[in-house]
Amino acid sequence: MFELLFAPFAEFAFMQKALVGCLAIALSAAPVGVFLMLRRMSLTGDAMAHAILPGAAVGYLVAGLSIGAMTLGGIIAGCLVALVAGLVSRFTQVNEDSSLAAFYLISLAAGVLIISTSGSQVDLLHVLFGSALALNNEALLLLASICSITLLVLAILFRPLVVECMDRQFLQSVSGLSPFTHMCFLVLVVINLVGGFNALGTLMSVGMMILPAALARYWVRTLDMMLVAASVVALACSFIGLLLSYHIAWPAGPSIILMLGACYVVSLVFGTQGGVISKLKRPRHLSA
Amino acid sequence: MTTLFELNNLTLGYDLHPAVHHLSLQVQGGDLLAIIGPNGAGKSTLLKALVGQISPLSGSIDWCGFDRERIAYLPQLSQVDRSFPVTVKEMVSLGAWTQTGPFGRVRSRHRRKVQDAIVQLGLEGFEQRLIGTLSGGQMQRVLFARLLVQEADLILLDEPFTGIDSRTTADLLALIHAWHRHGRTVLAVLHDFEQVRQHFPRCLLLSRQAIAMGDTESVMTPLNLQRARQMNEAFDEQAEFCAHH
Repeated sequence: MFELLFAPFAEFAFMQKALVGCLAIALSAAPVGVFLMLRRMSLTGDAMAHAILPGAAVGYLVAGLSIGAMTLGGIIAGCLVALVAGLVSRFTQVNEDSSLAAFYLISLAAGVLIISTSGSQVDLLHVLFGSALALNNEALLLLASICSITLLVLAILFRPLVVECMDRQFLQSVSGLSPFTHMCFLVLVVINLVGGFNALGTLMSVGMMILPAALARYWVRTLDMMLVAASVVALACSFIGLLLSYHIAWPAGPSIILMLGACYVVSLVFGTQGGVISKLKRPRHLSA
Repeated sequence: MTTLFELNNLTLGYDLHPAVHHLSLQVQGGDLLAIIGPNGAGKSTLLKALVGQISPLSGSIDWCGFDRERIAYLPQLSQVDRSFPVTVKEMVSLGAWTQTGPFGRVRSRHRRKVQDAIVQLGLEGFEQRLIGTLSGGQMQRVLFARLLVQEADLILLDEPFTGIDSRTTADLLALIHAWHRHGRTVLAVLHDFEQVRQHFPRCLLLSRQAIAMGDTESVMTPLNLQRARQMNEAFDEQAEFCAHH
């Protein structure tokens, strides 16, 4: 059993680094995903994941396969798209989701164009699908920093964020924090996606946010439990996904996301809070 | 009584169309004032401007030294996301925001206030229920409990009794009267004229402009109500720019 579960991490430094990196992403992306889902912005996360592509591509063109340059590029591109989409929705008739869709599509097209004309297929695959088993110390430092910043900001802004999600008018009536909270949250989404793309790629990093959050909702009712459940599942699936990757020689990123996907399907069927079976069962009811 | 705030030639609107047009009036501290008028008369818009959610197109609001953090606002029920997983107790606790700020701890004195408010609004036993499982009337009690915890000096209520049964309405009206007795100022947007006549000593009849304001009986005359309906129907998509800017 030890051989199966722990030997890969004990023996190989690249597995240790992959584990530390994926656990850091899981710990920070999962709670962000819970708020993203509760704000009905799950697909916004997907859009933002695409929006960071041109920034990462430009970073790659300027400095080669440098984690720092690609991350900085991704953060700038993601924040720019979020900011412009927010400003457009505030000053025109267009909703934020529509303007975000417009800008992320422009951003995605620009990113693919930059990579296709200036890089190679291998580069494109690296950016799209990541390489969890090739994380170096620089990448680990970045992921740990993103994780720390995210948890700190979530702890500080927890109350405004909850109220912003649930009753924005109340927040606007008691404080001027609503736009600040919204922008901080979008920045958290962007930095977590950028952190995630190093290991999981731009296309799958959003999975680490949305899948744990979505499946947690099938098991628990309250926000605090949802945050805990999403984080625990994300951590567990990162661990198991990396083991699968090692033992069956699957790519690490898809293995982790597929593990989360499998847990989601199980939750969808068996979840006690609105899962398919609980819906089909004729529940007993209380007398009052 | 002292003047709590003053509207000076205030115009509010959307897409340059005035929803409230050149409104000038004073509200005194301790007023219990109903705001009535037809749909689209600018009643909710006026409350949103008072809490700073929309800016004037022209004119101004003079707060006469009143601290705007002492305002509590109850918007229409539908604007709260009731699918969000928070409990009744957590929702009521948000009322302590004005004392704790966004980052401060909810202390035992705040928790006592929250529990008192829950008891006063008849929500005992509901503390751990998620707000999504409540009926419309129960949810409105929760929002009033939150207002109670806020301990604001100016309370703005936007159609607080819409879709609420008579017993809950009576309980909430009793609470409003208690606020009034304690010297707080309450402005409530209402549609039920009988309710206004029975419970609100003063009234503002609004139809984008102030048709009348004063003692309820002198405001709610058939002639004034007729004028309010006519003014409201004067909306024009092709209107020219207002000459009285």
